[in-house]
Amino acid sequence: MLGYIIQRVFLMVPTMLGISIISFIIIQLPPGDYLTSVLAAMADSDVTFTADQIARMRENYGLDEPMYMQYIQWIWGIVSRGDFGYSFEWNRPVSELIWERMGATLSISFLSLLFVWAVSLPIGIYSAVRRHSIGDHIATLFGFLGLAIPNFILALTLMYVSFRYFGQSVGGLYSPEFVEQAMSWPKFVDLLKHVWVPVVVIGTAGTAALIRILRANLTDELNKPYVLTARAKGLPEHTVILRYPVRIALNPFVSAIGWVLPQLISGITITAIVLNLPTAGPLLLRALVAQDMYLAGSFILLMGVLTLVGMLLSDILLALLDPRIRFH
Amino acid sequence: MITESCTESRTSNKKSLALSVEKLSVDFHLRTHILHAVRDVSFSLYRGQTLALVGESGSGKSVTTRSIMRLLDSQARQTSGRITLHSENSDVVLTDLDPKSEAIRKIRGRRIALIFQEPMSSLSPVHTIGSQIAEAIRLHHGGTKKTAMESTTKLLEQVEIKNPAEMARRYTYEFSGGMRQRAMIAMALACNPDVLIADEPTTALDVTTQAEIMDLLKRLQESRGMALLLITHDLGLVAEVADEVAVMRFGRLVEGGAVDDIFHAPKTAYAQSLLASTMRLERPAEARASRQLDDDSPMLSVSGLGKSFGIVNWRGKELHSTKAVEGASFDLYPGENLGIVGESGSGKTTLGRMILRIIEPTAGQVMYRDAQGQMADVTRMNRKALTRFHRDVRLIFQDPFASLNPRMTIKQIVGEPLVVNNGMKGAELDARVAELLELVGMERSAMERYPHAFSGGQRQRFSIARALALNPRVIIADEATSALDVSIRAQILDLLIDLQKRLGLSFLFIAHDISVVRYFCDRVLVMHHGRIVEQGDAEMICTAPQDPYTQSLISAVPNPDPRHKRMINRTRFISS
Repeated sequence: MLGYIIQRVFLMVPTMLGISIISFIIIQLPPGDYLTSVLAAMADSDVTFTADQIARMRENYGLDEPMYMQYIQWIWGIVSRGDFGYSFEWNRPVSELIWERMGATLSISFLSLLFVWAVSLPIGIYSAVRRHSIGDHIATLFGFLGLAIPNFILALTLMYVSFRYFGQSVGGLYSPEFVEQAMSWPKFVDLLKHVWVPVVVIGTAGTAALIRILRANLTDELNKPYVLTARAKGLPEHTVILRYPVRIALNPFVSAIGWVLPQLISGITITAIVLNLPTAGPLLLRALVAQDMYLAGSFILLMGVLTLVGMLLSDILLALLDPRIRFH
Repeated sequence: MITESCTESRTSNKKSLALSVEKLSVDFHLRTHILHAVRDVSFSLYRGQTLALVGESGSGKSVTTRSIMRLLDSQARQTSGRITLHSENSDVVLTDLDPKSEAIRKIRGRRIALIFQEPMSSLSPVHTIGSQIAEAIRLHHGGTKKTAMESTTKLLEQVEIKNPAEMARRYTYEFSGGMRQRAMIAMALACNPDVLIADEPTTALDVTTQAEIMDLLKRLQESRGMALLLITHDLGLVAEVADEVAVMRFGRLVEGGAVDDIFHAPKTAYAQSLLASTMRLERPAEARASRQLDDDSPMLSVSGLGKSFGIVNWRGKELHSTKAVEGASFDLYPGENLGIVGESGSGKTTLGRMILRIIEPTAGQVMYRDAQGQMADVTRMNRKALTRFHRDVRLIFQDPFASLNPRMTIKQIVGEPLVVNNGMKGAELDARVAELLELVGMERSAMERYPHAFSGGQRQRFSIARALALNPRVIIADEATSALDVSIRAQILDLLIDLQKRLGLSFLFIAHDISVVRYFCDRVLVMHHGRIVEQGDAEMICTAPQDPYTQSLISAVPNPDPRHKRMINRTRFISS
């Protein structure tokens, strides 16, 4: 098992390299670079530069070198010094910017994942066991609604509700008076008051999807002969269902982490903009628009890492859950 | 009616009643209609005795057992009847208990235990064998995990699993089919039940494994004095182990009585015909006897054919390999039926597929003589030559439910080879498909319908029609009758013999069922662990086998005559 994990981690290295090259190329693909977008902004305010000045600036930023040299310098900085480069737009090191945002991003994603599981597991089991009952139809209806409603509409609705009926300040993770303070109990309570909106908004679509997956899988498993064996043993019904078919129907549930994790982190951009959350999504969007290439590249690289880590985590959990996978 | 005959036969030697079923009726409420699955069924089980419930698929055998355990599906309704579990102190009326009540749960697994047909899927794949058995012990007798595991080890030892303490920690997929069924028996016996219900316990197993499992069940039944209710469709098995027989058909009990009476003096027409179709397969087909083999040079000549499956590491280096088939050599003559017999894992299916090169052989050659008399080595054929070869040699599969695409009409299924190979369409295709359907004894009107509208036997006829579409010369039938009921099985075999006469076909008939091979084949190859251990005339192999493995195989086949038990007195083969 340990050997397997080590092997997987080693295999991640070439994948990462591939992701970094592809993401770097894609960022460079649109015509122009960061300077072009700066100059365009300057020209709007009637400031112009001579060709000589532009060339010097291009040299300063290191933009005059060929693309592969830029890539090599960037990747070597990451590997040798943990230096992700410099954000042109923010005039700050990329790593600082990312760590600032990553904490909020990861905690919201993690909370959303917990929310998704906590809600979809019981509802999915109920839907499968009492198939075609009124409760199942209601769960199915809400499931489809959750899948169909775009996140930002849900976000706006929830913001409206919590402002209009609960009188809360909306947007962001904290009320204005707490933003600059150090962490304290009242600040934490304030965080809890705010965090449920993004968690519910981000988690709804995933919950709906997982309920459907669990329902379908469990429905198949419930008719398997080993369930009858367990019943014939004399086990109570709820033990039969939880210990046998649910255990096996959980497999896709666990492998869901692999795709839910990156989706949660990247898919929340629009929600984060609507809710004004201090997460990575809005920052990435702005970096891409401004062709702030080191910032954007590092973000995409980091998402690649998270996807791979998510896959690895789900594979390890799957192996723990299912002995058939463990031994092959 | 069976209760009367039972009480009569029991008056002489007093046997205590264990379970009685009186006038049981069960209906299934389906979407369009109500199906009477079981109607007015009555029988009694006595301690230390075996009652065999016999019938073809859909006769209501399994529903009857489920109602005893109160484990019916939600669509099923018990409309009348009474099931009573008897004991020395008090009787419990099972039909009065709520299926969800604690009272019935205390009886399930503890006083009545169940063994199912499919050992492959009846055990949970993600729990250890030991934990599944220990669960039953702790549920009914309490105790700590440790004591439960100790009893589990003892049970596994009783069902003759080697190294029981170690095997208890293993998972289901690490057990073979026979071992899983042993584990299943251990689980059923965990709480020393009064009544053991075995629902087709050996149907999915090889004959030698079947014989061992039945031996084991018999012995454990004697030592514990259990009543055994054996559900089966195999009359041979009934003759070997049952004391009493009850024959079911369309949900009704048509005949019941002592095993000797049923086999030697069956009263009803159905029991007679059931017995006749079983006995018919005990000797060679009469239709075959009149046939003459005119050509004496082989059309298919296999020599030294072998296949090894290797496990390679990531650099492509072979770590170890398993020889699925080794050095197989035989000839197939025109118009001949050659049987390949062996247990599961003996390599018979691999051998059949290698001839078609669905599986690439790793050694040996297959010489094929085509209609023009040209010899060619199949293993060296290029794609074009192989396509021509595949027109001449067709395959029929085992499972008539899985081998027909449920989304295609019968016309599309049967006509597919014609469309793909000859580009046939329109009226010409219709005419050819109709002709093929007629050939296999089906109506032309079946063309526009889908496979689900037909029974297993009818579906197998469509498979045969599909195989015949391109006028083949050789048909490889891989367990083509294994999934069918015994009466249907004989019909399909007769159909194949009839087609052979009319179309001049040769058959390579792969089967695990000796009686089918004896009925159908001229010559037989016996395979064991990938090798051909014996080949020769079918009748000779079945009556006077030479090889020790063949002897044990033949003697393990149940004999459908309770006065001449064969399986119980079989010769055992100890693998060297």
